[in-house]
Order: sequence, then structure tokens, then C-alpha cells
Amino acid sequence: MTQQKTKFCPSGRQLLAALTLTALGCSAMLDSVQAGEKPSTEEVNTTGLAVTDDTVRVGILHSLTGTMAISETGSVQAEQLAIKQINEQGGVLGRQIEYIVEDGASDWPTFAEKARKLLEEDDVASVFGAWTSASRKAVLPVFEQNNGLLYYPTFYEGLEQSENVIYTGQEATQQILAALDWVAETHGAETFYLVGSDYIWPRTSMKIARTHIERDLGGEVVGEDYYPLGNTQFGSLINKIKLRKPDLVFAAVVGGSNVAWFKQLNAAGMTPERMPMLTISVTEDEVLGIGKQNVAGFWSSMKYFQSLDIPANNDFVAAFRAEYGEDAVIGDVTESAYLGPWLWKRAVEKAGSFDVSRVTAASAGLEWQEGLPHGYTRLMPNHHLSMRTRIGEWQPDGQARVIFESEIIEPNPFPEGY
Amino acid sequence: MKAMITAFGGRITFIQLAVIAALLMVLLPAITDIYRLNLFGKYLTYAFVAVGLVLCWGHGGILSLGQGIFFGLGGYCMAMFLKLEASTPEATASQTTPGIPDFMDWNRVTELPWFWEPFNSFTLTLMAIVVIPAVFAWLIGYAMFKRRVGGVYFAIITQAIAVIMTILIVGQQGYTGGINGITDLRTLLGWDIRTDSARTILYYACCVALLLCLLASRYLLESRFGRLLIAMRDQEDRVRFSGYDVANMKVFVFVVASVFAAIGGAFFTLQVGFMSPTFIGAVASIEMVVFCAVGGRLSVVGAAVGAFMVSWSKTTLSETFPQLWPVLLGALFIAVVMFFPRGLAGLVSDYAPQALSKWRRQAGRTPPSGDPAAEEPSR
Repeated sequence: MTQQKTKFCPSGRQLLAALTLTALGCSAMLDSVQAGEKPSTEEVNTTGLAVTDDTVRVGILHSLTGTMAISETGSVQAEQLAIKQINEQGGVLGRQIEYIVEDGASDWPTFAEKARKLLEEDDVASVFGAWTSASRKAVLPVFEQNNGLLYYPTFYEGLEQSENVIYTGQEATQQILAALDWVAETHGAETFYLVGSDYIWPRTSMKIARTHIERDLGGEVVGEDYYPLGNTQFGSLINKIKLRKPDLVFAAVVGGSNVAWFKQLNAAGMTPERMPMLTISVTEDEVLGIGKQNVAGFWSSMKYFQSLDIPANNDFVAAFRAEYGEDAVIGDVTESAYLGPWLWKRAVEKAGSFDVSRVTAASAGLEWQEGLPHGYTRLMPNHHLSMRTRIGEWQPDGQARVIFESEIIEPNPFPEGY
Repeated sequence: MKAMITAFGGRITFIQLAVIAALLMVLLPAITDIYRLNLFGKYLTYAFVAVGLVLCWGHGGILSLGQGIFFGLGGYCMAMFLKLEASTPEATASQTTPGIPDFMDWNRVTELPWFWEPFNSFTLTLMAIVVIPAVFAWLIGYAMFKRRVGGVYFAIITQAIAVIMTILIVGQQGYTGGINGITDLRTLLGWDIRTDSARTILYYACCVALLLCLLASRYLLESRFGRLLIAMRDQEDRVRFSGYDVANMKVFVFVVASVFAAIGGAFFTLQVGFMSPTFIGAVASIEMVVFCAVGGRLSVVGAAVGAFMVSWSKTTLSETFPQLWPVLLGALFIAVVMFFPRGLAGLVSDYAPQALSKWRRQAGRTPPSGDPAAEEPSR
């Protein structure tokens, strides 16, 4: 990271910062200008958080070591970038953001331990972090008990809505339903094969997908298989798929398994033309590991792709590359992580307070017409975001070409009847 | 009275335990806040496993790389009870099937599985925490030792069982909570275990239990059985030819170590508030052996201190160097094993008597003969 920082010249950096500032912070800036001079610390902090006249302390809690580090590093970088940009704009309520980074070490109890440390010892005003469902489940009781505030970036299975968590990624129905509709309509898909890694997110996602396919689309699920995390043997699965000839493979294979999964698909001659596949687990970050040529032609359903041609996104990508090098890629979760500090800033300024209860109350109903990298966003009372879902077709250069964009989809973390 | 003291290894045992007790129950609570105290409580639960390993590995020569299995079994038993208590029909009203744990509902399980039923009762749970790991350890031990499988083979097999257990629990997520584990535990018999006062009380309870385990271990090692154990470790055939059933002795000591680990696991769940398959797997199990090696595998007190020190340095290093800490910790392990093969306890027993006698000489006194500190090898 430090080596990459030396690559760009200061003037370019300032230019970029200024660009991002204008694009991302227009509305937020207005808020703070309207607020006039800085409110006193006693006024904005009544619950003993680490707020001084000049600073406010927040936490970043991700895995920096262990198996998840490769996925979570992007989130840490995005959060640090957002905080840096906010500080350059003058901070939040006139206070510079200081952050403490803690390592969850890909280990769920460690996440709980560190969350407790951030909330009980460091008195942070908010925490940006957690990544896997398991780590979120581990820290959730800690946040609820201490009335902390967590911005959780990953697209996830839903079935949860906590007063103390803002979910900046998509819940399962947002990611799945519109995408399946599109495949059924434009490609006439009627038979589906569901594949996932064996844990809560793929299983819940497939449960939703199956119900939607069978009940709403009138299609048929010809197979549903789960493999342990880290599995690398997909030979028998590929044979089964060949045998049953589904119109679409719907996949939620995560982590290192993806590499084996795509390579073995290719080796078996299952090209995108012969076997269309829609995944909900492959972002630009995964493509880097799988190999661009192995993914080309397959589809992913996400709210964000690095290639989105939206002014705010162009600025974001430029700023991210200036900070972390020209080769840096940005996946959906990285973008969600980047949203966290910005969402928090807006809510704090609307509430005029760092108090967690007031910030969460102010969060509901916040709206961005533009200014966020993935476009229109509304923070709903259920603490999830409304946004568009997109389908990207992976290109040989490792970027996605958006071939479908949905209407604004409201979050529905507790879908009835699924 | 004197006979009783001797049965536990003499005055020195009680001095050591008194020092440990004073450190844990007076000094630590006085100098730390509740967050750190709760962490220390968590470290102490690993000490149970380390003490068990001193018995079966340090003295019995049986290296088990699967102690996580028993730690996990104990922890899961406790977690199942607490989860059922937290899953009242009122608390889970939004579920498709109210009254069952939330993760079952997510996995389309509509009825409480039969093996969860006993965990509605606290008494049965307490029994299960001891009995289930004991029976499981007995089965493994009996199957191995009766066939004279030992040494590195035993280590590999226990390691394999630990991995199998993890896969089983992760795979059966509808019944076990899968990789997420069993989370969001709230009360024990209506008593909120998440409050500061509850955490303090649980910490003290954990200390007392650990001291009792230490005392029991010393008793065991000072007994005839303890001598036989060492004889068996060093010359197994001679002990067998003398007419002892070596396999039974091994099974027994393995079961004892497993029960200690299970008690630690139960306290872990109570203090941390959840249980997950991470504590059963290969890495956790090996880590537990590391605790024991760093502390000193021949000394029960040393191993307990080792578990505590290693976990503590893990926390401290990872807070100070979020990206570098595994390397530093690894270097620490290598250094200890290379330079102090008998661990911290070996270090103390090598140098403490010299320092003591030097101090005494300087003070113009000669060390009295029969000084227990000088004679007693660290155990």
C-alpha cells in the first residue's frame, strides 16, 4: 500500500480529491454549510462516545489476516478512502474522523472480541465492518447490547433487521428475483440448476430462487447441490449438469472454490454459449483470482460493477486507483464498504448528533439521486438500501458489461412465502 | 493433614496455587476493566485444555491433536441449552415455526430435533457436558490403545477426527448452526449472562473451577498412578511386562484430559456468549497444544499460565500490529520451543532456585536443606 502511494504526483491527487469532493459531497456539504458553526461537543455527544471538539473516533473491523483477508482488504481500503475524503471536506459536524483498525482474523469469535473492544474500550461512534454472515452474527449481540452502530457491506441472505446495523449491500431478494426474471424473459430459461457453497447465504438464496422459479416463473429446478467451503472437486457436479441440461445454472459458489469451479467448467467444455450461468457471488475481486479468460461470457447479478458509467463512479474509481494503484479492482462489496462512512456522515449531520439512536433514526429516508457510485439510493426504514440491480456479462479484460438494469428495487429482508 | 498435603505434591503445590489464585482473583480484577477481565476469563478456558494436555501428553506421552473436539463438545452442550432458553415462542414469534432456534427456522427445520430435547433441562446439560466428551474420548481411546496405536498415529487420527467433526457440524447447519455456530445466547436460568456483573461472577466461577482442576491434576500426578504414567511414557514395555494394563491407563488419562477440555468449553460458551465450529477444527486443536508447549508440558501450573500468556499476547499483538501479528506470534513460538524446550515452567524451575539461593547468600543466610523449591522439578 505504501509503495503504491508514491506512484502518483500530489497535484493529480489534489485534483482527484477535488473532483470527488464535488461529485460525492454536494448535498452533504450543503448540509454542513447550513449548519453554520460547529455545534458543541456536549450537544452532539450525550452517550459518552469518543468525540472531542476536533475529532470523532470510529472503528474498522475486518479480517486483515486469514482466509478472508483477500476478500476483506478491498473493504478496508474503501472505508479508509471514504474517511480520508470526508476529512478533506472538513469531517463530520466539523470533526475529523479518526479510525482504529482491528483485525477479525477470519475468526468469528475474534470478531466478537474486537467489536466489544471497539465499543466498550474505544467508545467508537460507529463501526464499519464484518463481512461474512458468520462474523456478522457473531458481532450482532455485541452491537445490540452496547447500542453500537455497524455498517455492514456484504450482500447477504436477509432474514435480519437490527436497530444497530445499517446494511449497505443487497439482501437476497434484491439480488435474485429481478435477475431470474430477466433470464426467463430474454432467454426463455425454464429449467434451472442451483449450485452453492454450503452455508447460510447460498442456502437461503437458493431457497428464495427455487420458490421464485417454481411459483412465479413456472419453471423447474432440475438439481440443487451444495459443496463445503473450500471444495475443489466439481467433476461429478459438472457431469450431472451435462446430463440434465438445464437452461441456466444459478450459482453461489464462494471463495477459493470459485477458481476450481470455473476452471473445471472450462476444461469440460462448458462455455457460456453451451451452458449459460448466472452467479450471485462473483465480483471483480473474484474475477482476479479465477482468471479473466475463465469467467468471460458468464453473468453476475450485482448492484455495482466497476465499469458503470456514472459520473460519481468514474470519480470513485479514479480516486481508488490513485490511492491504491492502477491495477486495483473494485467489486460490489468494496463499493458497499465505501458507502458506509458517507451514509453515516449524512445521517449524523441530519441528526446533528453522534448519538447512535439519533443517527439511526435520522438514517431512515435518506436519499441520493446521484453522488453514490452505483447511482440512485434510498435508505429505507428497515435499514436496507433501495437501488437498482444489474446483470453484468464478464469480458475478457476482467470487467463486466452491463446487459440489464432493473427498476429501483426496495429491500425486503423478510420475504413472505419464500 | 500432612498426609493430605503430601498427596497433592507437598507445600509447594499449595504455594503455587495460592499465588495463582491471588493473581487471578485479586490482582487481575483490581487492575483491569470488565472488558479485559472477560477476555482473561476466555483465556482461562483454554487453560483447562492445556492442563489436560499436561496429563496426557506431558506425563502420559499421548499427544492428542484433537482436544478441540472435547472443548467443542462441552461448549456446544452449554450453547444448546442457552440457545433453547433464548428461543422462547415469544422471542421467536416472527419465525415460521416459533419456539425453535432461529438458525433451524432459516434452514426449513420445523421441529426441534430429538437430540436437542435433553438440553431443555439444565441438570441433563451439566451431565452431558461431562458425560458426552468422556464417552467419546473413551471410545476413541479404547479403539486406539487396545490395538496399541500410539505416538504419531494417534496424533494424526485425533487430528482427523477434529476435522471430521468440523465438517459434520458445518454440513448439518439446520441442526447445528453450521459455520455460524450457535450465536446470540442471552440468559442462564433467567440470569442475563451479558451484563457486567454476570461476566464478573462467571470469571470467578471459571477461576475456581480451574483451580480445582489444577488441584485434581496434582493429586493424580502425585499418586501411584502419576508415577506409573511417567514410567509408561518413558518405558511402555517395561510397565506392561510388570503386569499393568497400559491401554487402560492411557484411556483413563485421555478421558480425564477430555473432560477438563469440555469443562473449559462450557465456560467458554458462558463467557463469550457463543460457540462455533472454529474451536473444534485442526487449527484450534493445534493451538491448544502450543499453549501447553509454551507454558511447559510437564507443569500443570505452567501450562495454565502458558495458555493465558499466549492468548493474551495474541490479543495484544493483534491490537498493536493488525497486519503483522501472526508473524510475531509465530516467531515467539519458535523461540520458546528452540530455547526453552520445557517452556516457561522449565525456565522458572531452572533459574528460580539459583536466583533464590543467590539472594539468600547475599542476605547472609544459607539455604536450608530440603528446600522444596530447589528439589521440586517443575511439574
